[in-house]
Amino acid sequence: MRGGLWQLGQSITRRLAQGDKKAVARRYFASDAELKKTVVYDFHVANGGKMVPFAGWSMPIQYKDSIMDSTLNCRENGSLFDVSHMCGLSLKGKDSVPFLEKLVIADVAGLAPGTGSLTVFTNEKGGAIDDSVITKVKDDHIYLVVNAGCRDKDLAHIEEHMKAFKAKGGDVSWHIHDERSLLALQIFGCCVIAHSFAPTSCYLFSHDLVMVLLLLRFLQHLTKADLSKMYFGGFQVLDINGVQCFLTRTGYTGEDGFEISIPSESAVDLAKAILEKSEGKIRLTGLGARDSLRLEAGLCLYGNDLEQHITPIEAGLTWAIGKRRRAEGGFLGADVILKQLEEGPKIRRVGFFSSGPPPRSHSEIQDEGGNNIGEVTSGGFSPCLKKNIAIGYVKSGLHKAGTKVKIIIRGKSNEGVVTKMPFVPTKYYKPS
Amino acid sequence: MDAQHDHSISVEREREREREREREMACRQLWASRAASYLRISVFHRGFSNVVKDLKYADSHEWVKVDENSATVGITDHAQDHLGDVVYVELPEVGAAVTQGGSFGAVESVKATSDINSPVSGKVVEVNEALNSSPALINSSPYKDGWIIKVEISDNGELNNLMDSDQYSKFCEEEDSKH
Repeated sequence: MRGGLWQLGQSITRRLAQGDKKAVARRYFASDAELKKTVVYDFHVANGGKMVPFAGWSMPIQYKDSIMDSTLNCRENGSLFDVSHMCGLSLKGKDSVPFLEKLVIADVAGLAPGTGSLTVFTNEKGGAIDDSVITKVKDDHIYLVVNAGCRDKDLAHIEEHMKAFKAKGGDVSWHIHDERSLLALQIFGCCVIAHSFAPTSCYLFSHDLVMVLLLLRFLQHLTKADLSKMYFGGFQVLDINGVQCFLTRTGYTGEDGFEISIPSESAVDLAKAILEKSEGKIRLTGLGARDSLRLEAGLCLYGNDLEQHITPIEAGLTWAIGKRRRAEGGFLGADVILKQLEEGPKIRRVGFFSSGPPPRSHSEIQDEGGNNIGEVTSGGFSPCLKKNIAIGYVKSGLHKAGTKVKIIIRGKSNEGVVTKMPFVPTKYYKPS
Repeated sequence: MDAQHDHSISVEREREREREREREMACRQLWASRAASYLRISVFHRGFSNVVKDLKYADSHEWVKVDENSATVGITDHAQDHLGDVVYVELPEVGAAVTQGGSFGAVESVKATSDINSPVSGKVVEVNEALNSSPALINSSPYKDGWIIKVEISDNGELNNLMDSDQYSKFCEEEDSKH
């Protein structure tokens, strides 16, 4: 028997390294010494982390809890993830907004200071170079985080365009936050608790929520900012326990929570403090569970559901193209994308439920007559729903919820049906 | 003439089987070596994985319990520990032929798929239907309720290719220490 967690690590690493054949060849025989380590590495190992190669890093795929239990606990209580392998950077300068708008589909100018959004970097054919969470700190300062596996090509892409932009007199510069680490704290019930400071919400308390309340108070205690007024997508630079952090109210799991960018020398201390204050409710959680969570939330994994040849329209991310940008374009590949907006794309990303073995990447999708209509790009067993879920692309016209399909796994045909996403409802903290 | 002809065919078949076995062993060793060096998994265990004394073990982490020509096959505790929560088991049909080292089914966990290789050659005479509704039996009881197939063995001599429980424990420790 081969596979298990080995297979997952191998599969994800290969896909993320797809754009660089040399990297694949080199990484195949990488020794431990060649994998980078986050500053939290030793803490992972001490806490039973199973470390696997991921995009050139040694990352925890799982701890003592099973992936199933970790996923469920994130939705019931909360999780703490080390996502320091992801790359954070700042763009600064009077023209940083128009510069970035050449590269991404978001309406960056329309973002209020202190807010952010998921966006896509596009290539000249409208395909996705990477997805990224961007936030406007001020009109002349953009903070963004890109995927670990895309870091090298993203930075090369940005640098190339920045040179050309500055050569024409544009005012923009950048800083890569390699001196910082990134922790993702996802907390169930945070929004309930925030509102529960009002007397009318007190009946919502329960024993488990008390623990989470203690954690929220812990965070609130460490900073003067009022976190109850910081909504999904919100961003603040603030002191936590005397250390300057970038706090973004976001995650990639469907739950409420925060991504905390903290100076690397303080990252382990903060991780320990969060875990201790939550008295075991918030659990260290690995990338295996994180992948289950984002899949249940119907979110794209770059390298699987998003690639250079897939446009945001095909991926169902039309919502991320601001209204003004749909009218004006101005980003790479705009002609392709705006045409797809007008005419409709030929393929569409959809969700599936299925019977039999869990679908995985590259499982063929057929219509009921046995004709190929697409391919699975992500799939697995949903710990929350206790059934198979998958994301894939099908021909337009066959994308409506309820459409019956066959998913081919190891040569056998299995019943499937198209469904809307998210599979598990999201719980983002938004103004009521 | 007939006797001579039959003998030639028999010898040729035997050689072909040996060559196949050698190729398969070489491929398996190569894969394992690459996987080990490439993946470098640091493994946490809740103590040592359990082994049972009177079973035989394959290096692809299946066990076999033999009673004359009847064999019961499953995956080891070490294997299920690596896999995590099992959510689906693909079972062969009764009557299917299996060969030592050859795949006869698959185990699916939340995150990954793994082939199951048979430790013996022969014919499948029974499959554990309980795994269709309760695949987690493999996690909770890998050596008993989580058995996978029963095989009518065609060649008891193949058992010499397998490890006993002490050898297997050592093999697992070595494999883990390489990661």
